Amino acid sequence: MSSAQTQSVRTGRVTRSFIYLFLLVSALFYLLPFFIMLLNSVKPLGEITGGNMMAMPEVFTLEAWKAAWSTAQVGVEPTGLRPYFWNSIKMVVPAVFISTILGALNGYVLTKWRFKYDTILFGLMLFSCFIPFQIVLIPMARILGIVGLSGSTYGLILVHVVYGVGFSTLYFRNYYAAFPTELVRAAQIDGAGFFQIFYRILLPSSGPIIVVCVIWQFTNIWNDFLFGASFASGSGAPMTVALNNLVQSSTGVKEYNVHFAGAILAALPTLLVYIVAGRYFVRGLMAGSVKG
Amino acid sequence: MSFLNINNVTKSYGSIEVLHQINVSVEEGEFLVLVGPSGCGKSTLLYMIAGLEDITSGDISINNRIVNGVHPSNRNIAMVFQSYALYPNMTVGQNITFGLEMHGVPAPEREKAMNDVAKLLQIEQLLGRKPWQLSGGQRQRVAMGRALVRNPDVFLFDEPLSNLDAKLRVNMRTEIKKLHEKLKKTIVYVTHDQIEAMTLSTRIAVMYQGYVQQLGTPKEIYDTPANLFVATFMGSPAMNILPAKVVVQDNRPHASVATSEGNTVLLPFSQANLAAWQGKDILLGIRPEAITDLDGADRKSSNIVNLQNRVDVTEPSGSDTFVTMTLADRDTIARMRADVSVAAGDVFDFAVNMDKAVVFDPETEERITEG
Ligand SMILES: Nc1ncnc2c1ncn2[C@@H]1O[C@H](COP(=O)(O)OP(=O)(O)OP(=O)(O)O)[C@@H](O)[C@H]1O
Ligand SMILES: [Mg+2]
Repeated sequence: MSSAQTQSVRTGRVTRSFIYLFLLVSALFYLLPFFIMLLNSVKPLGEITGGNMMAMPEVFTLEAWKAAWSTAQVGVEPTGLRPYFWNSIKMVVPAVFISTILGALNGYVLTKWRFKYDTILFGLMLFSCFIPFQIVLIPMARILGIVGLSGSTYGLILVHVVYGVGFSTLYFRNYYAAFPTELVRAAQIDGAGFFQIFYRILLPSSGPIIVVCVIWQFTNIWNDFLFGASFASGSGAPMTVALNNLVQSSTGVKEYNVHFAGAILAALPTLLVYIVAGRYFVRGLMAGSVKG
Repeated sequence: MSFLNINNVTKSYGSIEVLHQINVSVEEGEFLVLVGPSGCGKSTLLYMIAGLEDITSGDISINNRIVNGVHPSNRNIAMVFQSYALYPNMTVGQNITFGLEMHGVPAPEREKAMNDVAKLLQIEQLLGRKPWQLSGGQRQRVAMGRALVRNPDVFLFDEPLSNLDAKLRVNMRTEIKKLHEKLKKTIVYVTHDQIEAMTLSTRIAVMYQGYVQQLGTPKEIYDTPANLFVATFMGSPAMNILPAKVVVQDNRPHASVATSEGNTVLLPFSQANLAAWQGKDILLGIRPEAITDLDGADRKSSNIVNLQNRVDVTEPSGSDTFVTMTLADRDTIARMRADVSVAAGDVFDFAVNMDKAVVFDPETEERITEG
């Protein structure tokens, strides 16, 4: 930490106060909605409909959370969000794992095993990061139909891997570009093969960028709604789609407290990943650009 | 056939040829240094020996086996890189044994080989550390240990000392030389430092613009450089190169050179065949240590010439005093004993050892040889 301090530019007291004020206001701006959701998820429904959204709960109850998790009406079934939570996990874990590994391999090949037209290939992969989701919906549905994966979790995994590999390749390529090629050459002379060099030399030094990639992919895939709604139906739907169904399917009274609890449940995993790994996130983003 | 043979090897990147028709042969146990300025192709040649770069044409053989197309790990070579290239995620011990592990050597043997090498290089206490916990000199040793443990036919070094500070560089230089004398292994060593080349090698290949300019023992390279490039590249301070005219007087060829006082002096050549160059321009090459004060002149020389000239600058370095004067309109450096009494502005009696002079054709820049 001390080196970071000596490197930072000295700012005056006034400037510093403004910076902190700005940060504080920004933090409040983002935290307030979350706070209100949290607040109302632990109230009985009557307190919300009858009173003030901003008021503290008079009766503290976790009923809404229990309902959202296991008993609320989602679509036609009173299952709560639980089965869909597991759907999402079953989709997100393999998709993140596969797209990260593929990105790392691509980055390795694109920087250490250069070949003719490799930059063009990389350019094309990068291009995939900028294609809007909506454009590929129909062709993707066709392809999933042809390979027999439509409506299944495997289909969703495939879609997310294909979409994620562009970004993960970008991350790893830039990270490995700064990784000394002499190490690869030394390993070649030592007799290590293509994959041995990859998992004995490069991967063990890739911690920060793996974290960046995992956070990024996890957040995107977990939060995806469009692909989930398009390619997974009924009981195979991911959490985001189920949350939408939960909110839509309430007949009669709107159970706001249950909706709030459900929304927080849906956001919890990404929050958790960021809190656990976020420390490395910034470090990973900076790695390579600064030495030492 | 020699132990390591580089036969008519060229290297092209696309349409650009960066190495042209290289022929070098190295005997077993030799210490060959490839020296030359940046970009001359030394590393490329070394990488081709290692198998890390393809050979465009020609062939390379090691220990009577053509190795073109043989994978680097199967050439029985080891390499020490400029950046040391220690695997950052492994301990020193793991770094040293990684190559053995990849070659399927069983763990107990690896352990023993590692301990032997660690003892030889005195890095036993470092075996459990990670590379980032080592100093530059220690990293250097570990890199050498990694090369030694494989017991290869040929060691390849790519500027291994260039990342060390001046003092450590001299120490490590001595250690590498000791190691070579002890192990008698064949070494090819790349450097752009001509002092390293002179002190370490049994033979030197001086490279420039993708050609081997001269291949010879350090003494041959220093005393009889093949051309102007080799003459000026090797030696510090560089050889003085003076434009002169050949004049024959009393049946003996002389170099006619203008002094600082507006006179011309005639410096008699030791080479008789230069009479054929009568009236023509040549370039006279004299090393700084061949120009001294009268007392400091080499007693064994048969051709010491006295020369009076004005001193421009004196630079005492402690062990020597460097004296700069103007000869043939060129700054000319003389290297004298430290305690010689000479001051800027003096007209001083210089002694020139013409036995050591070399002569170049100004057209081709090649040395004009005796006989
Ligand atoms: N991949 C490449 N593509 C094109 N040209 C290259 C490539 N690698 C090297 N060269 C060229 O080949 C020549 C020799 O390079 P090399 O690295 O062997 O020089 P060097 O003598 O080792 O120099 P230095 O002392 O700077 O390391 C240089 O002119 C360089 O520009
Ligand atoms: Mg080089």
